[in-house]
Parts: sequence; C-alpha cells; structure tokens
Amino acid sequence: MRYFNDGEAFLKLIKLLTGGLGNTLLIFAWTIVLALPLGLIVALGRMSRRRIVREPVRFYILIMRGTPLILQIFAVHFLLPILMKFLGTNLPFLSFLLAIRPNRVNSTIIAFVINYAAYFAEIYRGGIMAMERGQYEAAQVLGFSRAQTFVRIILPQVIKRILLPISNEVITLVKDTALATVIAVAEMFRSATNEASRTGSIEPLIIAGVFYLIMNTIITWLFDVLIRKFDYYKV
Amino acid sequence: MLKATNVTKSFGKLKVLKGVSAAVSRGEVVAIIGSSGSGKSTFLRCLNYLEKVDGGSVTIDGESLVSTDAQGKACYAQKEQLRRICLKMGMVFQNYHLFPHMNVLRNITEAQVHVLGRSKTQAAEYGAELLTKVGLSDKAQQYPYQLSGGQCQRVAIARALALDPELLCFDEPTSALDPQITQEVLAVIRQLAGEHRTMIVVTHEMRFALEVADRVIFMEDGVIAEEGTSQEMLGSGRSERIRRFMGE
Ligand SMILES: Nc1ncnc2c1ncn2[C@@H]1O[C@H](COP(=O)(O)OP(=O)(O)OP(=O)(O)O)[C@@H](O)[C@H]1O
Ligand SMILES: [Mg+2]
Repeated sequence: MRYFNDGEAFLKLIKLLTGGLGNTLLIFAWTIVLALPLGLIVALGRMSRRRIVREPVRFYILIMRGTPLILQIFAVHFLLPILMKFLGTNLPFLSFLLAIRPNRVNSTIIAFVINYAAYFAEIYRGGIMAMERGQYEAAQVLGFSRAQTFVRIILPQVIKRILLPISNEVITLVKDTALATVIAVAEMFRSATNEASRTGSIEPLIIAGVFYLIMNTIITWLFDVLIRKFDYYKV
Repeated sequence: MLKATNVTKSFGKLKVLKGVSAAVSRGEVVAIIGSSGSGKSTFLRCLNYLEKVDGGSVTIDGESLVSTDAQGKACYAQKEQLRRICLKMGMVFQNYHLFPHMNVLRNITEAQVHVLGRSKTQAAEYGAELLTKVGLSDKAQQYPYQLSGGQCQRVAIARALALDPELLCFDEPTSALDPQITQEVLAVIRQLAGEHRTMIVVTHEMRFALEVADRVIFMEDGVIAEEGTSQEMLGSGRSERIRRFMGE
C-alpha cells in the first residue's frame, strides 16, 4: 500500500493522473464532435445509389473495422506528416489541412475520428435501413423533398433508435483513449503506467481504472437522460 | 380530371398490370375492387408516382405525369412539374403511415408549412378545422401511438386533406381495422363524397362501394375485367363474375 494509506502520496497520484486526463478528454471530445457527423456522411455514402461512391466507402469501412485501432494509430502517426506534405504541395486547395500540426495528439485524434466514424456509420445505416418504407412513401405523397424527408421524418426517428448502440460505442471510446499511449501521447493511462513501473505498485492503474469508470458512469447517465427525452413517443 | 391509358407494370418477370385504362372525372368517386393480387394497389401507386410505370400514360388535370414515346419508353415529367402534379393527389394508406414522432396536429401541419409554405398559424388553424371535421379535435396534442387504428386513419385523412388535393386516393383504408371501427372511417369518406370530392377508393367493403361510389372498377389479373356504375356492378343485376368474387 504505497498510496492508499498515505494521503500526500495519494493526492500526488491524483494530480499526476488528472494531468494526463486533459489529453484523454481532448481525444474523446474531438472524436465525438467530429466522428458523429462524419459517420452520418459515411453512412449516406455507403447507401449511395452510385457505385463509385458506395464501393470506396464500403472498402473504407472494411479497413477501419477490420484492422486493429492500435495499428491505425501507428499508421496515422507515421503517414500523416508524409501525407500532409504531399497534399500541401500537390493539392493547394487542401493546404488548409496544413493547419493541423502533425503531432502525436493530433495523429491520435485523426485515427480515432476515422475509426469511430466507420462504426457510427454502420449504426446510422442500421437505423436508417430499419425505417419502414411507408414513412418515405407518406413523405413523398405529401410533397416533401428527399432532403426534407431525411431531416424532418427519417433522422429524428433514427436517432431515437440508435441512442443505445451509440452509447455503447461512446463508452468503448472512453476506454480506447488508453491506446494513445502506444505513440507516447501523455494521456491518463500513460501517466498511470509510468507511475506504476516507476514505483512497482499497481495502485496507479487501479485509480486510472476508477477514473474511466467515473467517466463512463457519467456518460451512461447522460444517455439515460437522452433516451428518456426521446421516450415521448413510441413507434 | 385523371386519365390513365394502357398502363403496364411488371415486378421482374411478374406482369402485374397488363394495360389498365381508366378515367376519373371531377367530383366522381370511383371504387376499385378485385381479388388479392389483382393489381389494385399497384395501379393506384402508379397514379401516385409511388411506382414507375413500364408503359402507358397518366394525365392529371390536363398535365402529363408520364407518357410513352414511340419506342415504348415511359417518359416522366420534369422534376418540378412532377412535384406539382403529385401534389394534386393525396394518398391514404392501409397502414396510415403517420409520422410517429410528431403529434397529431404536427402530422397535419408539417407539409402545409414546409411544402406549401403556409404560415404556422395558418396551418394550425386549418389543421384544427380538419381535425374537427374528422371528429378528433380533442386529439391534436396526442401522439399516433396513443390513438386507435380508426383514429389514426382519420388523422391520415386529415393530413392528406390539408394539402387540398384535387384527387384523393385510398388504398384499402379500413382493411387494418376492426369491423366496428371501420364504420367511423367510412363515415368520414362518405362525408367527403357528399362534398363531391374526387376520390379513388380501393376497397373490400362492397356495401360501402355500392352506396358511396359513382362507378366501380373490377380488376382481375392485371386488367380491368368489368366496369360500370355502382348499381350495375354491385346492384341486384350484378354479373356472374362479380357474384363469384363476392363469394356467392
Ligand atoms: N414491390 C413489389 N415487388 C414485387 N412484387 C410486387 C410488389 N408489389 C406488388 N407485387 C406483386 O404484384 C401483385 C399485385 O399486387 P397488388 O398489391 O397490386 O395487389 P392488390 O390487388 O392490391 O392485392 P390486395 O388486395 O392483396 O391488396 C402481387 O402478386 C404482388 O405480390
Ligand atoms: Mg393492395
């Protein structure tokens, strides 16, 4: 018992871990903010009637779901600087991408965003495909355009249906942020393992586990509230 | 008002409509009857652009929805015209297809506001008026899941009426309902017929068809087998074939 019965050491450990928590939350928040909308676009691409759109998207989803996230993090980390140099010099209209600094945190965020967008996309797609045709037909005979039908009729119903599977992914994401440690991002899990190996105690890892648990408790609660909000109607 | 000529439609190898022609004049109520699988729904859906025809033509109010060129290819109207033509028609489905995430009033106002561009107050006033008409003024704030089937169908009728269609189509509006509840929906349709609305009703309710329809079309195996006034078709002088269909 190195930390649990020594108040000062314990406080120091908490401080150390919350220091890493910043990056953990950064990765988490950016992934949510970017991957949720991107996933919707990917889902629409996956369902496109045009093969030239649908097939590449299908391939992208296969790669993202079919290979380990940890590998994708490495890949983005090593390829990003090369890719950005290439884009910046050859495709000037993409030069805004150069604003993204190719550091470890950004590589991680990009890897997470493209990975989670693929998972979110499949959840959206499942929700959209589960919609009965009658809803589209009713909207059509009432004169709604395709865009209006999607935004006003389909999407609100899809959101209600996918909240639970989305919450699953979000909870997994919290825990997956620990993978950033493989390219030496100073996030919470790395702080904990460093401290654990420095002192030979498992307690920092246990505390890290408690931190993840607290975050996921909050997320679970938030989703419960959200799901209850959508309970005002039934299908 | 509506003229369909030689409409053909197949699903894969299955020929569902083998050249159906029908005309509906303004203010007329036409009932379509026929056994299951004879193509009644498919025909109605072709008029509504819910299915695309393979051949033939459909004209509504003098505007061509689809026509067939010399090569036998069906040519639909341009997008904007298509939309305008389709808005002349309303449709009531067997399974209502109300929007479950909107309350009853919103189901009726949504298209008024976002398709026709009416103001929200205008749409709500008209919506309330239509709800009174179908006898559901007290249900405006309820959600579809809180209503009975008959009430849902009456909301669906109000929703279709809200866009002031010139032609209202019903595809077996009471087939999903209990016999007692059927009557409350039929009463609404009867009332609309009394107002001389132009309507096409696919139905299995023979007594209702006899009473409300001006004309009856009997479909069999993808063609119109018989057609006439409701008295001729369903009155005491009805044909052997209709008698057989009615299970006599
Ligand atoms: N989308 C579709 N794909 C393939 N076949 C279809 C489709 N819609 C209808 N059919 C077939 O076309 C035929 C006619 O169907 P339709 O729904 O028009 O019949 P109906 O006269 O309305 O019958 P019911 O009284 O049962 O409603 C049926 O054999 C049906 O299986
Ligand atoms: Mg039918």
